[in-house]
Amino acid sequence: MSWTHWIVVPIVLPLMTGALLVLIGRQAPGWTRLISLASMLVLLVVAMLLLRQADDGAVQAYLLSNWRAPFGIALALDRLSALMVVLAALVGLAALLFATGGDDRRGVHFHALFQFQLMGLNGAFLTADLFNLFVFFEVLLIASYGLLLHGAAVARLKASIHYVGFNLAGSALFLIAVSLLYGVTGTLNMADLAERVPGIGADRAPLVRSAALLLLTVFCIKAAMLPLNFWLTDTYRSASAPVAALFAIMTKVGVYAVLRMTTLVFGDTGGLAAHAASPWLPVLAMATLGFGALTALAAQQLNAVVAACVIASAGTVLLGIGLATPASVAASLVYLVNSTLAGAALFLLAERIAAVRGASADRLQPGHLSGPRAEFGAAFFVLAVAVSGAPPLAGFLGKAMLLQAAGNTPLAGWVIAVILASALLIMVAMARSGSVLFWHPARAHTPLVSKEGAAGSHEAQRWSLAGLIALLVACSVFAGPLSRYAQAAAAQLFERRGYIAAVLGAQPVPAAFDVRREMRARQTGRP
Amino acid sequence: MMAALIAIALGALTAGGVYLMLRARSFDLILGLTLLSYAVNLFIFFMGRIRIGAAPIVDGKLAPTLANYADPLPQALVLTAIVISFAMTAVLLVIALRARAATGSDHVDGRDPIQ
Repeated sequence: MSWTHWIVVPIVLPLMTGALLVLIGRQAPGWTRLISLASMLVLLVVAMLLLRQADDGAVQAYLLSNWRAPFGIALALDRLSALMVVLAALVGLAALLFATGGDDRRGVHFHALFQFQLMGLNGAFLTADLFNLFVFFEVLLIASYGLLLHGAAVARLKASIHYVGFNLAGSALFLIAVSLLYGVTGTLNMADLAERVPGIGADRAPLVRSAALLLLTVFCIKAAMLPLNFWLTDTYRSASAPVAALFAIMTKVGVYAVLRMTTLVFGDTGGLAAHAASPWLPVLAMATLGFGALTALAAQQLNAVVAACVIASAGTVLLGIGLATPASVAASLVYLVNSTLAGAALFLLAERIAAVRGASADRLQPGHLSGPRAEFGAAFFVLAVAVSGAPPLAGFLGKAMLLQAAGNTPLAGWVIAVILASALLIMVAMARSGSVLFWHPARAHTPLVSKEGAAGSHEAQRWSLAGLIALLVACSVFAGPLSRYAQAAAAQLFERRGYIAAVLGAQPVPAAFDVRREMRARQTGRP
Repeated sequence: MMAALIAIALGALTAGGVYLMLRARSFDLILGLTLLSYAVNLFIFFMGRIRIGAAPIVDGKLAPTLANYADPLPQALVLTAIVISFAMTAVLLVIALRARAATGSDHVDGRDPIQ
């Protein structure tokens, strides 16, 4: 297992699979499902392997094309990246399995786009270069545009224009921030930035601070922080269920990027640019959390409630990051794992419920439920408990850890009040949705809009949902190892030295056949 | 002088782009994003400092410092950014055309707020 190239597999494997699927998408549609699922399983195994490698505490760096670190692009694997890659693979596998229930047949290239989106996600989690992060953001965004439009409906087209336009404007800001940082520091490697930003003189500090805040803005567009999250509800609601489930991890890319930059570059050691985001992040995160909870309460459709829960979950995680202590970041990571799984599962469940409620679909009004009421009800109950962060599931552990971590910060009172109040509001919203959906049968039998009805297809959707719920329960049963891992990951983030030393100290592998030296020799040999 | 001219040009491009984006029509939105990406691309380019008549390729005749050569990295970055923004504009154009055909309106909300 000492093969050094494992770390690049989560990027290359979906790329190759996606390219293959584009080629055979029309010729052999029967194979696409199988290839896509097989590739996803391999990806999950590799991700687990990387998680085990990262858990020994050492940061692994990988030099793409064998260029030394500040000059070429490096990948780096630490505990946080490994955790995010595993989470993306788990959510991706569940969403893909659910999609084989029929959603993937509405267009030719669903599986190819799905793989490209995974490539973008994994790349963003693994890269140690700011411009490369931009490129992977664009990869995952352009794949998400395709997935969002998949099986185009008018609502999807409208939501797409908002979503694409907003994200393109965000990309422009990202590029401005990146080039500003390059202009001032002369580097884009994150580890090198972390070394150079503290040495910036007072004359250039305002430039670096504004670049830091621009980056925060861009990442918070992706992470759905308050003034920048109005695109999310419509986008996620109009997407098909498996796509929305995958998007639940997409918001976490923004969260990941905020966490990486605030700890590595703009943390305590950031010199004059230290804590550039600190005055804004906790306050806006609390506002996001409150906004998400209120939106959940006001929503008229089940998937709008779920989209609001995704916003609230991003708010909670960002709050932990904003408090900027190892304990609060560890709490955020525990909560992030649980809320992402719960959000994805709820999007899938909402689709299943909508499918058996005929004309009322997932609108929160009395309607006829022509499915196994007990099964749906039980699944909904477990997920409602998970998403509102109530005991005994591990989402509660994350919130409790966050409350504990907030105890000795100046914002403690506000943090505790907002977290508890929003948990209550979300619980009320979920209870209201559940009681309307399951306890108010309409007497008038609304005719069932028959969806495609291959018997085996629903089986796949049920397995996918059952898998996600089992994962949530497993997170609670193995809460000890999970929180230990999260604490170790947070400690590693704040320690910083390991990451910087690994990336900048990575030595190029001596090549068996050195093309560059060969060419130089040829030039001097034959002038 | 040169820097001031460039700053004014970038500012004009950005202002025009933002104004067009806020007009909430899909065609104006696309034009606005295009102007904005021009401004951003030029900005990236000039972050490698304003150099006239200097090549970005080390030819071995002069000492390889930034005094003798232009910084090649922003040029590589800007090339990537141009390609990406070109592809994104193409995608947005297709979506806008389909939305126009499906809704019969070129407003970004699919219908005019004031009838």
